[in-house]
Amino acid sequence: MPDKPDKQYNLYAMYKKGIYRILANEPLTDAVWRMTLAGDTQWITAPGQFVNIALEGKFLRRPISVCDYDAGRLTLIYKVVGEGTAQMSRMTPGMELDLLTGLGNGFTPKEESQRPLLVGGGVGVPPLYHLARRLLAAGKPVEVVLGFNTAREVFYEEEFQALGCSVTVATADGSRGVKGFVTTAIAERGLEFDYFYACGPLPMLRALCEGVAQDGQLSFEERMGCGFGACMGCSCKTKYGNKRICKEGPVLEKGEIVW
Amino acid sequence: MVENLHNTMTGAAGATPSEPDFSVTLCGIRLDNPVVPASGTFGYGNEFKDFYDINILGTFSFKGTTREARFGNPTPRIAECTSGMINAVGLQNPGIDAVIGQELPRLREFFHKPVIANISGFSIEEYAYCCQRIDREEQVGWIEVNVSCPNVRHGGMSFGTSPECAAEVTRAVKAVTTKPVFIKLSPNVTDIVSIARACEEAGADGICLINTLLGMRIDVQRRRPVIANTMGGFSGAAVFPVAVRMVYQVARACRIPVMGCGGVQTARDVIEMMMAGATAVQVGAANLVNPYACRDIIEALPVEMRRLGIDRLSDIIGIVK
Repeated sequence: MPDKPDKQYNLYAMYKKGIYRILANEPLTDAVWRMTLAGDTQWITAPGQFVNIALEGKFLRRPISVCDYDAGRLTLIYKVVGEGTAQMSRMTPGMELDLLTGLGNGFTPKEESQRPLLVGGGVGVPPLYHLARRLLAAGKPVEVVLGFNTAREVFYEEEFQALGCSVTVATADGSRGVKGFVTTAIAERGLEFDYFYACGPLPMLRALCEGVAQDGQLSFEERMGCGFGACMGCSCKTKYGNKRICKEGPVLEKGEIVW
Repeated sequence: MVENLHNTMTGAAGATPSEPDFSVTLCGIRLDNPVVPASGTFGYGNEFKDFYDINILGTFSFKGTTREARFGNPTPRIAECTSGMINAVGLQNPGIDAVIGQELPRLREFFHKPVIANISGFSIEEYAYCCQRIDREEQVGWIEVNVSCPNVRHGGMSFGTSPECAAEVTRAVKAVTTKPVFIKLSPNVTDIVSIARACEEAGADGICLINTLLGMRIDVQRRRPVIANTMGGFSGAAVFPVAVRMVYQVARACRIPVMGCGGVQTARDVIEMMMAGATAVQVGAANLVNPYACRDIIEALPVEMRRLGIDRLSDIIGIVK
């Protein structure tokens, strides 16, 4: 048995669990909602990280990516897909939520890239918002492509424009913007970029990786148990070994992905 | 706050009679308290040391380890249930070499107590090989042999569902280690007592139960199982009464100590499990929902003990007849 050291280690106490108060909770489309929360955001260190939300009567927490954050305030955008998210949509300002924050690696803005492209599909759009802010603050022009099924599902087009991004919308049925997928929009508009950041459904991410020559970072989704690397529920294989989507992910580099 | 608590806990042993005593003895090794994170919910300790000083724990049981590295099952591996969850991770682990070469040296940096080594296998030889390897590790206080994993074929649970097989694994493991051996049993059997007794007769030093209950969920919209592996292990608060019942049955039938496991969420649950006959109490799924679950339980123990008039926690082990 190794000796217990005399001094107490001070590397603990990374308090990531906290109570957050709902400031606003409103629908952006038929199924997509935006919730703004007040509370400690010091553990959120990168765009594209997520929080894990405890909900009354649900055993497991619900992982939701962070759309935007500032000191003391964070914005989550979520799609109502099941009982947990439906429950969230019924919550009202003033109510409190128990969150684990600062989870996942998030996007790492690439220094060398001068012309970044952000590609979001459906509810994969939100984590790109704070990233866009970061890239713009670094003085880079930001090209954004947002893909949806139909015009009624489009959200955050104006918000990205308001930041100063150049925004192209694509809808699968052509009811808004370019008719087709995000890859159609990139080709049709001849968008120029030297690096990309993407989040969206798996087929979109794959089509993007195969359709463009540039390198990039992609954010993946997986059903999670804990959200902080303990349960091995969300493992995936990469070219550099097994990774946990919740811990070494959700953002992976194009070059390491095993489709 | 955590450090103060730790000082209080370690100082409790020789304190005045009015100070509650949390300590228990597990096969001759003293635990500061009976709270033990269960295997598969605590990794090799590394994730939780970012949340609190894990030295406040009695000990913990590390992730089920096999001879070879394993990726485990395809995803999705997790399903939500009422008051519980299903997992079908499938014993993902880096293999015994990496555990000895990397995980245990790293663990020594932040955990200064004996740890429980959870070992799994697909053959008697594999169990014996891994136990023999881990036997030489100084920080390992106990070996917990998992004969009850429901998520792998041709192994795991199949060894724990017959008294003969469980006894055979026990004998093989006992022959290669001097450390106390706990056999972790499956609840997916018709007669838990006969299996526990077979392990005891084969030389087991303790019994740990229960592992997860075999369960299944269906995505009714897509008309297919939620879990890629179809079935998985059901755990969480919902299984607590099953665990208490099995701990009670086994503790009455065996002389060796029992580690109770299954659905424990609160200090009161710990006390209930001990009254049923558990010497130490494992906490599993609760860690995944609340990373501070074990710290919260340890903090709440003195309050709960005072409320129930318990001075020494070890006094209540198996008190319910």
